[in-house]
Amino acid sequence: MADEIKNNDDVNRRQFFVKLGLGSLGIAAAGTAAFAYQYLDPNVLYEPSPVVNAGKPDRYPLGSVTIDVNSGIYIIHSDEGYFSLSAVCTHLGCMTAWKPELNMIACPCHGSKFAVSKQGKLGPGDKIEGPAPKPLPWKHIWLNDDGDLLVDRSTDVPPLAPDSFVRV
Amino acid sequence: MAKTVDQYFDDLRGTRVWRSIFRSGTGSSTLKRALAIQQNVFLHLFSTKVRSRMLSFSATWYLGTLTLSTFLILVATGIPLMFYYHPSAPQAYADTKDLQFVVSSGLFLRNLHRWSAHAMVFLVFAHMFKVFYRGAYRSPREFNWVIGVILLLMTLLLSYTGYLLPWDQLAYWAITVGSNIASAVPVMGEKIHFLLLGGNAVNANALLRFYVLHCMILPLTAMFFVAIHFWRIRKDGGLYSHDSEPATVRATAPAAATPNAKEGQ
Repeated sequence: MADEIKNNDDVNRRQFFVKLGLGSLGIAAAGTAAFAYQYLDPNVLYEPSPVVNAGKPDRYPLGSVTIDVNSGIYIIHSDEGYFSLSAVCTHLGCMTAWKPELNMIACPCHGSKFAVSKQGKLGPGDKIEGPAPKPLPWKHIWLNDDGDLLVDRSTDVPPLAPDSFVRV
Repeated sequence: MAKTVDQYFDDLRGTRVWRSIFRSGTGSSTLKRALAIQQNVFLHLFSTKVRSRMLSFSATWYLGTLTLSTFLILVATGIPLMFYYHPSAPQAYADTKDLQFVVSSGLFLRNLHRWSAHAMVFLVFAHMFKVFYRGAYRSPREFNWVIGVILLLMTLLLSYTGYLLPWDQLAYWAITVGSNIASAVPVMGEKIHFLLLGGNAVNANALLRFYVLHCMILPLTAMFFVAIHFWRIRKDGGLYSHDSEPATVRATAPAAATPNAKEGQ
């Protein structure tokens, strides 16, 4: 008799508990995944500050290209003023090197080459050749109250823009 | 009459202690020999019966067994190396140097670990080529090929994570370049890079993460899949030897029949 009044959409007790159990396990699994992701994602990093003190401007003569290997930046003193380029190759993150004899920046890992001054259509930081997908980014540079050059490695600035140079 | 070594071994297998551990007793009948394999926890992954053709050098060149051997050498040499190695940025490089110049036999263990790692990568590829050109990946062994590809990935990841641990310039830049490749993944690339290194650059967090991956997570995962790999060999009819395959399998592989028939002589 009970079967006759039973609707097809009804869920019997066993099916209900199966669904309840599977649903709970699913929620628990999703919670565990979220927990694991958050645990593995560090909230505090003990990494060096992105702001680097590059010292007094007179350390860098006009026309010089100076690399700071430890912080991975170039300080370049051009006719327009001081500016800073990232020294980290945009291909796979190797440290590039200044090659005065070629008048360009070159990467030892896979041979990317970058301009440091205007060369035809290319401006400072632009790729001359090699696998690098992007130009070397310009970094924010300014003078602090003590007269030291500071570079913020975490902030890119537009190439050749007036604010991207420091004039002393 | 003096007993032979075999007889002493048979006596040992008949003792109560032996039987309590290994469950099967003495006897050389087919049944007893089969039970000795089947009832032993260490041997039960393997077939109770193997055709001698499957064990011939030409069938497999023993490449799978050799790969397992290098893996066992890597475990046996890697664990002692862990006793002297601190996975911390100030000490990792110094510990590596100590292992080479100060610790007794440290140089031997480290070099054995390194050369076995190179050999394992080579042998895994050789094993895959042999299986591929023999056609041993075909039904019913397709899934074991998939397990094999996972094991190739595990081997390469073990090799890659181990590369950072000496914490020298070679290691630092290799991992810098390698982890930047992960950044090329669409959308989540930067996040994967960040999670893998535990930061924005290769530093102390990255060293510790690679150490845990290298010494715990990847070896355990590899062992899990190795167990499935061996179990599937038995379930899929033993090692592949073309001459032993059922006629239906041979009929679908006419191209492979001719060279194998010659090689089998």
